[in-house]
Amino acid sequence: MSASLARAVNVLKEVIDAPIASYFASCVHCGLCAEACLFYTETDDPKYTPIHKLEPMRRVYAQEYTLIGRLLKWLGLSKPLTDAELAEWQPLVYDSCTLCGRCSMVCPVGNDIVYMVRKLREGMAIAGYAPAGVLAATQRTIEMGSPMGVKLPALKAQIGHIEAETGLTVPLDREGAEYMVLLSSMEIINFPEYLSAIARIMKQAGKTWTLCSSAFEATNSGIQIGVSDLARVIVARIVEGAERLKVQTVISPECGHAFTALRWEGPNLIGRPYRFKVQHILEVLDELRVQGLLKTQGFEEKRLTFHDPCQLVRRGGVIEPPRNLLRMISNNLVETTDPGKYNWCCGGGGGVSANDDAEAIRLIAFKRKKTQLDAVKPDKLVTACANCRIVLEEGLEHYQMNLPVVGLTEMIADHLASD
Amino acid sequence: MDAAQLLNWVRGAGLQLAVFIFLLGTVWRLIEIYSLGRKPDLAEARHVSGASGWHTLWRRSIPIPGMMQRAGLTYIAGYGFHIGLAAVVLLFAPHIRLIHDLTGLSWPALPSPFVDLLAVMTLVAMLVVLAERLRQPVKRFLSTFEDWLTWAVTFLPVLTGYLAARHLLLPYTLTLSLHILSVEMLLVLLPFTKLFHAFTVWPSRWFNGDAHGRKGVAV
Amino acid sequence: MSKESGLLIANLARQGVSRRTFMKYCATLASLMALPPAAGRAFAEALAKAPRPSVIWLSFQECTGCTESITRSHAPTLEGLIFDSISLDYHHTLMAAAGEAAEAARAAAIKANWGKYLLVVDGSVPMKDGGVYSTIAGISNHDMLMATVKGAAAIVAVGTCAAFGGLPKAQPNPTGAVAISELVKDKPVVNIPGCPPIPVVMTGVLAHYLAFGTLPELDKLGRPLAFYGETIHDRCYRRPFYDQGKFAKTFDDEGARKGWCLFELGCKGPVTYNVCATTKWNDGTSFPIESGHGCLGCSEPNFWDAGGFYRALSMPAEPLKVAAKAVAIGAAVGVAVAFSNRTKKTAARTGHQTATLADLEK
Repeated sequence: MSASLARAVNVLKEVIDAPIASYFASCVHCGLCAEACLFYTETDDPKYTPIHKLEPMRRVYAQEYTLIGRLLKWLGLSKPLTDAELAEWQPLVYDSCTLCGRCSMVCPVGNDIVYMVRKLREGMAIAGYAPAGVLAATQRTIEMGSPMGVKLPALKAQIGHIEAETGLTVPLDREGAEYMVLLSSMEIINFPEYLSAIARIMKQAGKTWTLCSSAFEATNSGIQIGVSDLARVIVARIVEGAERLKVQTVISPECGHAFTALRWEGPNLIGRPYRFKVQHILEVLDELRVQGLLKTQGFEEKRLTFHDPCQLVRRGGVIEPPRNLLRMISNNLVETTDPGKYNWCCGGGGGVSANDDAEAIRLIAFKRKKTQLDAVKPDKLVTACANCRIVLEEGLEHYQMNLPVVGLTEMIADHLASD
Repeated sequence: MDAAQLLNWVRGAGLQLAVFIFLLGTVWRLIEIYSLGRKPDLAEARHVSGASGWHTLWRRSIPIPGMMQRAGLTYIAGYGFHIGLAAVVLLFAPHIRLIHDLTGLSWPALPSPFVDLLAVMTLVAMLVVLAERLRQPVKRFLSTFEDWLTWAVTFLPVLTGYLAARHLLLPYTLTLSLHILSVEMLLVLLPFTKLFHAFTVWPSRWFNGDAHGRKGVAV
Repeated sequence: MSKESGLLIANLARQGVSRRTFMKYCATLASLMALPPAAGRAFAEALAKAPRPSVIWLSFQECTGCTESITRSHAPTLEGLIFDSISLDYHHTLMAAAGEAAEAARAAAIKANWGKYLLVVDGSVPMKDGGVYSTIAGISNHDMLMATVKGAAAIVAVGTCAAFGGLPKAQPNPTGAVAISELVKDKPVVNIPGCPPIPVVMTGVLAHYLAFGTLPELDKLGRPLAFYGETIHDRCYRRPFYDQGKFAKTFDDEGARKGWCLFELGCKGPVTYNVCATTKWNDGTSFPIESGHGCLGCSEPNFWDAGGFYRALSMPAEPLKVAAKAVAIGAAVGVAVAFSNRTKKTAARTGHQTATLADLEK
């Protein structure tokens, strides 16, 4: 056994717990999880069945933590995990899984399959089977501070543009602010509208806020590649920044995985609860709406539909806020089939959008989204995750669908009531 | 060995052995599985009504929107055979008498003709389940020897039970013996195969429901 | 005593049994034992010429029911007369002698008929604590049995206690009772189980031995196939009700009054091998099922421990008897695995090397 494989088995032994044991004991091979997975429904290839993606982990579980499995291993009757096998499983565990968690919603025995895929990636990555694209993104996040290599000067340049354009101040490192705003590098490079939207909304609401020079990037590709040790390094920067600036609430940007990483995994990664609150920007906006601090004017004339980002909605629990906010500015909101927590992934989550190997299958899987959109024919597609937005735009372009995609926060900002 | 001797063995030593292995295996496997433990979740939980492990215990029996269209037969046959199995096991008068004999507990039985009907429904549903497993690429792809074996040891008690109750095909003593014997095979295999989901399905649903429930998502 | 007057037939004649009656008995016996019709005559002739054999009867842990059964004479039955016609040299219940004289008679019989006498045993033998639980004249049952077996031609274990251990062996078997066949391995042993056995079965086996000098064909449990070849159920007059599915549910319901099958009231007829349903008891008067009670299965091994007498055969005997033990062993295995798993997981955590970017490169 190679050293890296031995480390992989060791890591899997660390992460396998009672729920995973219970899930493996419960699986009846009914195959329903396949019907919930866009990589199966759009290919009809049984190898994309979610539970099958966990086969290496199931064997490690059986061989290490069950008496019968240990006996079979001892007698040489069960084959040990091999490097070749992990290499074979790489496309199943990374390329064709966006960690969207839809399988965990349908499994009739209640298996939380995505919980297991997330943990299997710990072993896959340490054994050296993380896809090059995801690895490169992780490398940039660790070494440069952001997956796209965006550094502080770039942010400062953006701040300058926005301040000039809006006439508002974009505070940096302001101690004691109520909110600390995080960004995803996608927003700094591709969607600077987001930051200017925040500035205008905060101004209207009369809230104090700040950016943090040591922690402005929220995305956490440590979660996607599946290495908790690295995810911890990334999340610790934010925790350190927020606690240093003594902010009350950290606002996670329009990025699904950033929210999951910071809100739900973060405290478990650093091993203690936070001394501040974490909210997604849509939660903050919805709160301001309820308090009467968010006032809009006018309605979108176009027919809108909302794409639920998996990590925000099904995996994050922010289900009602986007709809409450959309109703402020639209009378013509249509839902696709399976809205809210039942949504279908754009196909690019879980590191898939950063993974060049996965590009072909990602575009095939996008047919699911295409079918949904074709059925309701919206004029504009709204979402709340910069990664979804990029992946949707690419997919729409590939299938030659002429449909603009916008972020919800900036759409709200466009309708802010003038005082 | 003739039918009467077989009957004497299956209801005596055989059943004792089967119950012994069943209880031993069940206790062992439950401890083996759940002693692995779970780290406490340090993220501050959301509280949304309807989102909890307990809700998922029952809610997971209902398919989410769209699944009935995609896999209706799997659901219908699954309901048919699980409900039918539970009803014939728990609501057939002789079974209740057996439970009463063993535990002192007792409840009203369904009329026998109705139980007969349920048994036929269960058998049909199980044949559909088998046909689906043979027919559907995903199910066939996932299937191992264990899947065929566990199907057989679940089907046989219903079949032999039906033959015994209706005095069909073989002499009663023989069908009764085969019925008890097939139940014994089921008991022996249950803790060590996927049949163990009869126990683990509840904690599995709870774990899933709890993990999502803490995030405020009712699954 | 002339040679002729020592023969069985002469003895019978002296007691007023006609040759005709004797022939009829032999024919009945022959048919009971499933010998061909022609064998009846040969049987009679052989039997008539048989010399009075010496029989030693040892009673160990028993209730004397077997002796009661074999000696029960209404009119002078042929069974009884046959009994008179053997030389019963030792039987501590029936013999006149007592004390040292009785033991002397046994010793004398053994010596005089060495290698030829028939040994009949009723009762089981206690083996626990050196066999102190049953002794005769200060001799343990085991010692007396082994001493008497040495010179015997064959052994007949009469009654379920001698054949299979019977009631003394019922759980928890406080005296360590064992069946005769467990102690005697080098001589033929015929088991005639029953609690008690049917008189004609006992005499039938003796008659066979007297007539042919051999023991009848036996089944796996050492029982004469001629008498134990079929179940009570196979020959039961209530069998048609069973086949029609008509069962008495209680002892006083309509089914019971109409004489329906007693299966659901716990009748063990379907699994009990004996001829009660054919020969019946008390001079052919009746047998348990005919009197309205299910068969207890008394001629089967461990019948006392085979679940309740009133529990239908379709009901399990005692599946939960071992439940506590199973749960305890299961828990022990589970806890052992849990402990080992915990150790393993702790070791995995201790052995964790923090992952660095360099580690992820393949």
